[in-house]
Amino acid sequence: MADVVLKVQEIQCGYDGVPVIHDVSLEIGEGEIVAMVGANGAGKTTMMRTIAGLMNPYRGSISFEGRDISRMEAHDTIKLGISYVPEGRRLFPKLTIMENLELGAFISKDRKAIDERLERVFGLFPKLHDRRNQVAETLSGGEQQMVAIARGLMSNPRLLLLDELSLGLMPSLVEKVMEAVVAINRSGVTVLLVEQMVQEALEIAHRGYVIQTGRIVQQGTARELLNSPEVRKAYMGL
Amino acid sequence: MGLFFQVALDGLFNGLLYAVVAAGLSLIWGVMDVINFAHGEFLMIAMYLSYWLGFIWKIDPLVSSLAGGLFVFLVGALTYKLIISHTIGKSAMSALLATFGLSMLLKNICLNRFSPNFRLLQETALGGKTFNVGGIIVPLPQLVIGIVALALLYVVYHLVKKTRLGWAIQATAMDKEAAELMGIDTEKIYLLVFGLGGACVGIAGGLLPSYLAVHPEVGGLFSLIAFVCVAMGGFGSIPGALLASLLIGLVEAFAGFYIAPVFKYVAVFGLYLVVVMVRPRGLFGW
Repeated sequence: MADVVLKVQEIQCGYDGVPVIHDVSLEIGEGEIVAMVGANGAGKTTMMRTIAGLMNPYRGSISFEGRDISRMEAHDTIKLGISYVPEGRRLFPKLTIMENLELGAFISKDRKAIDERLERVFGLFPKLHDRRNQVAETLSGGEQQMVAIARGLMSNPRLLLLDELSLGLMPSLVEKVMEAVVAINRSGVTVLLVEQMVQEALEIAHRGYVIQTGRIVQQGTARELLNSPEVRKAYMGL
Repeated sequence: MGLFFQVALDGLFNGLLYAVVAAGLSLIWGVMDVINFAHGEFLMIAMYLSYWLGFIWKIDPLVSSLAGGLFVFLVGALTYKLIISHTIGKSAMSALLATFGLSMLLKNICLNRFSPNFRLLQETALGGKTFNVGGIIVPLPQLVIGIVALALLYVVYHLVKKTRLGWAIQATAMDKEAAELMGIDTEKIYLLVFGLGGACVGIAGGLLPSYLAVHPEVGGLFSLIAFVCVAMGGFGSIPGALLASLLIGLVEAFAGFYIAPVFKYVAVFGLYLVVVMVRPRGLFGW
């Protein structure tokens, strides 16, 4: 594995003092797509929220590019290069696509760099360019997901956390969105992907972790997991 | 007929003043769902500041209004830091009661320090000056406040709708957590919004002592009317607050003149009740 970008060591975290994640460790290397898969309620989103800094672990540590970020808040982790595209997209509904994207680049002051990134995300999702002055809440689910990913890219992150991209999308759109993730990864962004659609996620990932009731129960290369009888039985209905 | 326009003009001037107070209130409510019951007292603080600066150092209210804006910005920011920030995420009642308590405190400090006397600044640059336009008397102090009020409303509206900072303010209002993910420090946004709301009434309040007497109870009426303007205009909408304020100013002036001065607030609150019954979200509310 290449240089470790994100290292999570035995973290425990949860809500109101009740742990949901129990001593989970994981590592993501530079340039990888890593998928974290598991059923609804397994703790995948809690993991993402903790890494992004929306919540902090009760114990254990998280480091990004060698720097401890366990106690850092979300509005600071993004400055280091971590961008979280949250579950349910969470666009700013009354703002236009353009305004949503501008807010994605809120931490940068360099107008030229922002314009270049706008061009890049419009290259990735040309449809958004035509609708850039449309208010976010009037978009379809697929378009909203594209805006959410594009907004997440506007801070020029080195690590992109993608949470349940497939939620509420029809299968053909899921495929399109996954293709976009691969393209983003090829442009040099490391990706941590959380999915309930296990097969689709593992097909584009390099490695994967299977998470069940707050614990990692299996890990390996994406191919190993795709061929694993347990994974096939539990998550793909095969 | 001349009298009709005279009354209308007086009503519009009052309405513009209400609009500035309401805009600050509306901004704070729109972003953090807090009704600042001490908003009228923020106005009172600026009026006292301007009065004393004028009384002791002969500084004109035109200059003091800037000091008022700055000072009440700080008062607003401090109010957030010391009081409101502790009520975020708790029951909506706690912020309401806290600002209510703050309004009592500020009122009574002024009562204790400055006595209940009505105080008006004499010999200011604008005070008492009028000019005549086709038989209608235009009072200069009210005209200046009206213009400043419109300018302030424009600046606040432009800031919120057209700048990146304004989008960040709106984003914080719509989804605080998602705003955090954009790198927006929402605590700072809250502090700024409370300060801005304060600065609006601070600037307006600083101008007032050249025609409106300051006393410890002066804020109460403004708080109440501004609240009505915000609710009638639609919570969080600045154009709505402006329209409602102008309506209320006009109704107040006409009812006071053509019916009887004692009935002017009956008309104002009657109008409020009718609007809220027909459109519970207010004129511009979503």
